[in-house]
Amino acid sequence: MSESHTPRNGHASLPLGRAPCGFRGRVDAIEVRQESGGLPPAEIENRLLELGFVEGAQVEILHEGAFARDPIAVRVNNATIALRRREAMAILATAESAT
Amino acid sequence: MSSVAATSPDPWHFALVGTPNSGKTALFNALTGSRQKVANYPGVTVERKAGLLQTPAGRSVNLIDLPGTYSLRGRSPDEEITRDVVLGRLASEGVPDLLLCVADATNLRLALRLVLELKRTGRPLMLVLNMFDLAQRRGIKIDRDRLAAELGVPVVTAVAVKRDGTAQLLARMDEIAESHLAAAGQNTWKPPSAADLRAAQREADRIIAAAVGRPERPDTLTARLDAVLLHPIAGLAILLALLFVMFQAVFSWAQPLMNLIQSGFDALGVMAHDALPNGLLQSFIQNGVISGVGSVIVFLPQILILFLFILLLEDFGYMARAAFLMDRIMGSAGLHGRAFIPLLSSFACAIPGIMATRVIDNRRDRLTTILVAPLMTCSARIPVYTLIISAFIPARHLWGFVNLQGIVMFGLYGAGIASALGVSFIAKHFVWREHETPPFMLELPDYKLPRVRSVAMGLYQRAMMFLKRAGTTIFSMMVVIWFLASFPRPPAGATDPAINYSLAAIIGHALAPVLAPVGFNWQINVALIPGMAAREVAVAALGTVYAIEGGKEAAAQIGQALASKWTLATALAVLAWYIFAPQCASTLAVIKRETGSWKWMGVTFAYMLALAYAASFIVYHVAVALGAG
Repeated sequence: MSESHTPRNGHASLPLGRAPCGFRGRVDAIEVRQESGGLPPAEIENRLLELGFVEGAQVEILHEGAFARDPIAVRVNNATIALRRREAMAILATAESAT
Repeated sequence: MSSVAATSPDPWHFALVGTPNSGKTALFNALTGSRQKVANYPGVTVERKAGLLQTPAGRSVNLIDLPGTYSLRGRSPDEEITRDVVLGRLASEGVPDLLLCVADATNLRLALRLVLELKRTGRPLMLVLNMFDLAQRRGIKIDRDRLAAELGVPVVTAVAVKRDGTAQLLARMDEIAESHLAAAGQNTWKPPSAADLRAAQREADRIIAAAVGRPERPDTLTARLDAVLLHPIAGLAILLALLFVMFQAVFSWAQPLMNLIQSGFDALGVMAHDALPNGLLQSFIQNGVISGVGSVIVFLPQILILFLFILLLEDFGYMARAAFLMDRIMGSAGLHGRAFIPLLSSFACAIPGIMATRVIDNRRDRLTTILVAPLMTCSARIPVYTLIISAFIPARHLWGFVNLQGIVMFGLYGAGIASALGVSFIAKHFVWREHETPPFMLELPDYKLPRVRSVAMGLYQRAMMFLKRAGTTIFSMMVVIWFLASFPRPPAGATDPAINYSLAAIIGHALAPVLAPVGFNWQINVALIPGMAAREVAVAALGTVYAIEGGKEAAAQIGQALASKWTLATALAVLAWYIFAPQCASTLAVIKRETGSWKWMGVTFAYMLALAYAASFIVYHVAVALGAG
């Protein structure tokens, strides 16, 4: 990983992979801890970044699959991205109350 | 190709680049119309789409449609082509004079990051805001001057799917090209690091905040549809219902058209029969050429109906949702969610399906998908199934509305799907010994009404592909089977049917000891060999075998002939055989080309043959034990 971010003080960061459907929040950091599906952490990180998961992006979990609530469909700013909870563990987000 | 006068300057070379779902291909179609050429890049299996257009000032432009990508990093063979063409590294292409980066005007975030990355290549660049009408309808205010100033590239709008929707783009193309072609800069592109990607996305977000307003009337249709279509239970039920309707449609809607085509070719055969003197040439034209070609063309309606569904769902934006719904199910079988689309295409034909696996970037996932794609019931099996089902399964209705024949058909499709999942599970866990599933990340585009023009164009391309194949491989195999079934000629004064003396009979009898345990007679064995050209050829081959054996009436009524000559157990064994049989030379050739190795072609052939033999052996003996022998 080229850089890592600490969550903003006072707020608990939650991996998006553990967040329930309907979760709304803001991305604090992308931190890939382990390789996944035969891809090194750096590659997973790049792919998440290319799909718009960068620090500060607004995220909302819109849908989840029938089995093990996986995969999830995440609204990232104004695009919708489908991914598995396993990879979504690398996306750390702070919940935001709906305004 | 339009001709260019000797005095006019050389044509420009422009390239279309863009993220997936940007409407890039629709724009390409709108700009080039029918002046397209589809081929492959030399040495790789990536499709090269190029076309010609004329600017208002009269300059010719060679436009090339590059595979969609989010970045130039090149994670798959397709994306590597995009990178190499953009950077001018591909010797066969030359450097594009101008890059047209296509973006969905309603969803600019990822596209603008790509624009920033493209700028580093130093190539002259313009941004095309496609689907601009949608952005206006949603009340998204885009300050184009600000956007152009912030990005440092010219910005034009387009509506690829509307008539004259490319007028503004064309009107400015000359001016932009003239003023920017000279301005090619230094190439400072290198594969972006995570830090580069972060910085570029932040910059793109800053530009959007400055130049693009929030939608005043956001798209609520997609959200409302997704609430149902992506619902964990309702969504899956709808997907299954959709597949069921699709197969019922393929089975029943196509029938009248197929009957029409069939009787047309029959009439043509009779005409040829009457016009020609009795003898070898007459037999060749009627039984070899006309019935051979007819037996293939007759499937065109089914293929078109299937592709119509696939194209409509694709253009509507449903295919990505289907991949989402199926990911976990496919994943438990060791397949990637993205394999869903290639496997669905394989229901029409394994060849486009195997070619569509190029979207899977992990090599092993792609290989697994290629290995199991031929197990999906392709439309070439439909005639074999149809023939046997209509001859042996009564056309009863269950519960008043479900056709028993349709149920058997659905069951055969189900068996194909189940075996594909089983084989990929075994490949994943016992061959690769890899237990984790690769990442699945996919953008779910907004729903859009499919456009008649683009669906029609897609259907036309599929139909031409099929007919070309029918016109070459399958036709030549039909000539070979006719030859095998006609030579050597029976000796003078022979009493048995002529085919009993032919090469085909010799081969059929030679295979008899091997295939007798699965309930096949020698006529079936004969039909299996030309069936290597394509599975449906077996139907025509059975017709030829029985026609030459039993005269013209039998040819018109292959089904009746089978019903009187086969037992139910044999018929069921043939059905079971065709779920698995690796009988399609074109599919094997495509596997060889796509995997770049004879080994995987051999593996596919061997495992499918083994499954086919085992399945028909079991089915035959169970059926005989139950009294169907």
